[in-house]
Order: sequence, then structure tokens, then C-alpha cells
Amino acid sequence: MSNPSTMLASGCHITPSGCGFPAPGLNSFNFKPIFSIGSFDFTKPMLLALICMLLVVGFFWAAFRKPKLVPGKLQLVGEIGYNFIARSIAREVIGKKGDKFVPFLTSIFFFVWLMNIMSIIPLAQFPVASRFAYPVALALLVWITYMYLTFKTHGFVGGWKHLTYMQGLPKPLVPLIVFLEFLQNVITRPFTLAVRLWANMFAGHMLIVMFSVATWYLLTPSFYAVFSGASFALSIGMTAFEVLIQFLQAYIFTLLASLYISGALEEGH
Amino acid sequence: MLSTFLAEEAPQNPLLPSTPELIIGLIAFFIVFGVLGKKLLPNIQKTLEERRDAIEGGLERAAEAQAEATRTLEEYKAQLAEARHEAARITEHAREQGSMIIAEAREEAQRQAAVTVAHAQAEIERTRGQVTTALRHDIGRISLDLAGKVVGESLEDSARQSRTIDRFLDELEAKAAESAGAK
Repeated sequence: MSNPSTMLASGCHITPSGCGFPAPGLNSFNFKPIFSIGSFDFTKPMLLALICMLLVVGFFWAAFRKPKLVPGKLQLVGEIGYNFIARSIAREVIGKKGDKFVPFLTSIFFFVWLMNIMSIIPLAQFPVASRFAYPVALALLVWITYMYLTFKTHGFVGGWKHLTYMQGLPKPLVPLIVFLEFLQNVITRPFTLAVRLWANMFAGHMLIVMFSVATWYLLTPSFYAVFSGASFALSIGMTAFEVLIQFLQAYIFTLLASLYISGALEEGH
Repeated sequence: MLSTFLAEEAPQNPLLPSTPELIIGLIAFFIVFGVLGKKLLPNIQKTLEERRDAIEGGLERAAEAQAEATRTLEEYKAQLAEARHEAARITEHAREQGSMIIAEAREEAQRQAAVTVAHAQAEIERTRGQVTTALRHDIGRISLDLAGKVVGESLEDSARQSRTIDRFLDELEAKAAESAGAK
């Protein structure tokens, strides 16, 4: 089977040619480079990531560059966003010590949220986080922060104990638990943090593409037009649903980051 | 349009992050974090702090004014009470003094009246003594003159004369005493 996108562009329909359904696959997530410098290929997700960066910086620059005691509309919106992270996440999860991490958490939340929103912006229409490297970059930073804070708070030996040991275990279980705790805290945590975001965005984009392609594929002057309409309705519905998921995943990513930070700063285990 | 950007080559493992994208992602995030963390969020934090100060400061000032008003009211009430007390005290004092003055005046008047009465009585007494002596003398002489005229005999004899007068007067007094007792 040839590239489904090529078939989509060429006008492959169920009737009358009986062309096979060009199911979207991993190809939907691989882009031709916009330009190349040597072996470096600049692709659309990279462009979108940089646009997201500019949008986040631009918005907060416009809102908070010269903050006033009596806020304007833009500053008020920015303050709502800032307070959402500072109060509902940093203060709620980490407590008073969380104030230091508000810039980190705010940057994560708004950068991730915007990268997710790109999924439904016309022309962009691609969630940047569905390219695994972007969630990995952020999860890596969270993991480094988590490790740094753990060893800074508890010292080297205390840090390892904090990461792997539990009080009051029966002696025979200690090696097993230490192994599992190490696996969970040091390896799975950052991996699941990245995968959770990536998989949600990947699946959401896949669904929207799937129903969009199906709408086009089934759109023929025949009985199948009914299914085409249903697919179209579903693609609209999925897009609306994605709006919720995009926010939720950005929130969960930030919340988990703050939970890890809180765990690193905790006294006991 | 999308299709023109999609790669033709065989898809890679989606769980293998591409290094250029990883680097671009890190750079993009660090720029966001740098600008927000170094400048913009400290800015807004300071403003939020200032705003809270302004609101709490306003509340504090209001509370202060309230306290001031309460304090002034207390002072005023205390002064008023003191003034009332003072006025009452002055009135009481004046009343006491008044009654004292009246009592003194009454006493003085009584004393003066007593003195005047005593003087008058003494004067009366004295005058009566004088009058009695004079009368006694005059009545005796007149009686003797009369008797002498009536009797025709002179009662020149001094001793006799004196005795006669005394006797007469004694009778006179007896009569007067009798009339007084009869009264």
C-alpha cells in the first residue's frame, strides 16, 4: 500500500474505484523538512514548538511587562493563569516551599498547553507533544530537578535512602522493595511522565486524522455519504474533546512535576 | 496541503526521540523559563504583593481611624463625665456654702437681736430706776406739800418728813402688790 496521505490527496474514495481505505499511521507524525542545514532537518513540529515559545513569552510579556496595581484585561487574564499555578498547584501540593518553583511550573504548564492547543489551530493542526522528543525534554528537566532536590535536601546517602528505602519493612523484603522503589522513582516516573503526555496527544491527533480521512474517503454520491457525515460529526466532536484533553494533560504534567518536587523536599518517606 | 509536508520514508519507532527535536524543545523551554522566571513572574509577584499590601494597608488605616475615633469618643465621654462631676461638686459646694451663710446670718441676727433686746432691757431697767427714784422723790414731795397744805402744818422736820414718806410709799407699794396679786 502506498502512502495514505498521497492517496488522500489524489482523491481515493470507496466508490466507484473501490480504493482501499488509506488508514492514517505513523506517517501522519513524520514530516518532510521545511529546510535542511547539512544533516539537520527543520520540520513543522520544530516550527510549531518555536511558535509556542514565542506565544507564551509574548503573552506574558504583554501581560506582565509593566504590571499595574489595578490590572488591565490582559494582565488580569495573566494573573488568573499565574494564580492558578501558584495557588492551585504550587501552594496546594508543595506548600510554602513551592513558591520558588512557581516560574518553573508556570513555564511548563503554559508551554505544554500551547503545544497541545496547536492540535486544533487551523494550518498548525498538529500537537507538538505527539513527537516524543518534546515531552521527553520536559520530563528530563523535571527528573533532573527531582534528583537535584532529593540529593540537596537529604545528602548523598540520605538521598538514595529517600529514593529507594521504606521504614519498617520486614528484612527479607528489603532488597525487593529497594529494587522496586528505585525502578519506580528513578526510571518509571520520568518515563511515564513523558509517555502519558505523548500518548494522549498522539492518540488524539490520530483519532481526528482518522475521522477526517474517513469523511473524505466515504464522501461519494452513494449510501456511504451517511457514514461520511457521521465521521465528520465525530471529527468535530473529537476536536472539541481534544480541547479538554489538551488542558487536562498540561495540568496533569504540571501537577505530577510539583508532586515529584514535593516528594523530594519531604522529610520522611 | 498537509501531505506535502509528510515524510515519504518508512516511519521510525515513535518512542525514539529525535535529538534535534529534543534540543529544540529544550531551547524553547529554557527561553520561556528564562524570560518568565527572570523577569515577568517576579514582576507580577511584586505587583500582587504590593496590591495585597495596599489592600491590607487600607484596612489597617481604617482600623486605625476607627480606634482613633473610639479613643476620642472615650476621652470626650470621660471629659463630659468629669465636667458633670465638677458641676455637681460646685453646686453641692455652693449649696453648702449658701446654707452655711444663711445659718450664720440667722445666728448673727439672733445674736444681734439678743444684744439689742438686752440693751433695751438694761435701758428700760435703768430708766425705770431713774423714773422710780424721781417719782418716789416727786410723789413724796408732792404728797407732803399736799398734806401740808391739807393739814396746814408744815412738816419741815426732816426726820419726820422722811419717815412719813417712807410709810406712805410702803403703803403705796403694798397696795400696788395687792392689786397685782388680785389681777
